[in-house]
Amino acid sequence: MNYTDTLIMNSYNKSPAPSNISLDVTGAVGVTDSATASHEKQNHQIEIENPKIEIKGLDFYYGKFHALYDINMRIPEKQVTAFIGPSGCGKSTLLRTFNRIYSLYPGQRAEGEILLDGRNILRRDEDINTLRAKVGMVFQKPTPFPMSIYDNIAFGVRLYERLSRKQMDERVEWALNKAALWDEVKDILKQSGKALSGGQQQRLCIARAIAVKPEVVLLDEPASALDPISTLKIEQLISELKDSYTIAIVTHNMQQAARVSDYTAFMYLGKLIEFNDTKTLFTNPQLDQTQDYITGRFG
Amino acid sequence: MDIYTRRKAINIFNLTIAAITTLFGLFFLSWLLWVLFQQGFSNLDWSLFTLDTPGPGDEAGGLRNAIVGSLLLTVVGVMIGAPVGVLAGTYLAEFGRYAWISHPVRFINDVLLSAPSIVIGVFVYEVMVIPMGNFSGWSGAVALSIIVIPVVVRTTEDMMRLVPDSMREAAAALGAPQWKVVTCVVLKAALSGVMTGILLAIARIAGETAPLLFTALNNQFFTMNMDEPMGNLPVMIFNFAMGPYENWHDLAWAGSLLITLAVLTLNILTRFFLRTKK
Repeated sequence: MNYTDTLIMNSYNKSPAPSNISLDVTGAVGVTDSATASHEKQNHQIEIENPKIEIKGLDFYYGKFHALYDINMRIPEKQVTAFIGPSGCGKSTLLRTFNRIYSLYPGQRAEGEILLDGRNILRRDEDINTLRAKVGMVFQKPTPFPMSIYDNIAFGVRLYERLSRKQMDERVEWALNKAALWDEVKDILKQSGKALSGGQQQRLCIARAIAVKPEVVLLDEPASALDPISTLKIEQLISELKDSYTIAIVTHNMQQAARVSDYTAFMYLGKLIEFNDTKTLFTNPQLDQTQDYITGRFG
Repeated sequence: MDIYTRRKAINIFNLTIAAITTLFGLFFLSWLLWVLFQQGFSNLDWSLFTLDTPGPGDEAGGLRNAIVGSLLLTVVGVMIGAPVGVLAGTYLAEFGRYAWISHPVRFINDVLLSAPSIVIGVFVYEVMVIPMGNFSGWSGAVALSIIVIPVVVRTTEDMMRLVPDSMREAAAALGAPQWKVVTCVVLKAALSGVMTGILLAIARIAGETAPLLFTALNNQFFTMNMDEPMGNLPVMIFNFAMGPYENWHDLAWAGSLLITLAVLTLNILTRFFLRTKK
């Protein structure tokens, strides 16, 4: 039985009727449900040992707008962690703190600590470029650079490694193979990356990200602009990549989170509500809010 | 009258007006080109490129000194102006995007963009010609570069801004430092636009007369020495068109045709650059 079926069954099995979600003026979430006492529980998390990334008391601001509230969580190594939640809940914002890509823009700032292998990457003197070489990212829209397919891959590699021509050829082939794109492009490596289809472009971006051999790969809704077949390819790819990389993925699609991830975090209004292994979160959520969201009765 | 008929009537009315105004503009343009081509081509021959401009009363004469002078002034002007413009535009679009200084710089650049070219001529006359003691090719090139700079700054900034931020994020996410992001990715994506800006600036200065009147002045003799006054097509046209001799008028027509053809070629090149982008 797949998770989707479980979700549907769950929504029928569980009584009473869904709780009402109410927001007070500060934006905090309150759960008002007379039938259960779960409103006292604000947050539920699974214990993770030996995390790759550990987030401690993270707050995030877009100028004056407070976007993330006191996030604490541990992201396990060489597993896929999915972030779900309604639009604007802060899941992309959270992902964008892991490689500090937000710091391209003035006025965006993070407070608290994010430990990558025990080292706080939010420190002022952190070398952001080296950090980003270690923590790769793939975005929602495919963004091939205006250069050949080969150079799209080689661009990132050249920044940190000096490879001979032969080594570079091998690296490009390796990365394209990993991204399941090699067979489609091996004869057109000199052509512009923009000439590829949307799904191919996105796999090119994934190949580009893993070519620099990062330790963590962040995926920000990587399949939301793609057709179902391309989406399937990307999802298969994610399952293969987790043997070598720690993966964090933001997705709007709950079925996708259920299919590809080992752990899932549910966020709402800038807070981490529930974090659990994916199976438990989708079949037996601990909080009513999570239950309401995954069964589609939310808002 | 139902809504469909009314919309159709309004449509026909507007289309008619649009067609008439277009024809009005095209009529004068083609008239101008017709006269220019007729007068210009009839005076076009090889001696234009081999003989220098004639003095008063001279029978034979060409435009060699003015053509070479114009080319030199334009090339040197662009070589000074284009790098400054591209660098400043890059600063405004990338490095200084959020800096407080960018706003006044952008504003002043826009003012400079529409500054009357004769003012630029007088300015360079004051700061270069008077201290140096004579009119010179260098001061002409500097005056032209001051016209080039704001055009190139503006187009460079606009073209780089057209590159989506997601492209910059993608490059930065690979660990590329900002200068690498700008030179290898953003500038590359905007290159055809930036080149277009430079070509447009060349087209703009190719026919400028006013800034040269006060700077390069004119020279009846052939010279490649930028320290001396230098012959050039726009000032030659200005002088010869008002001169008393018939052969001066013919040369002025031929010079006008040459400038027009050069600008036309540049515009076609510009189109070509913009098209290969897609």
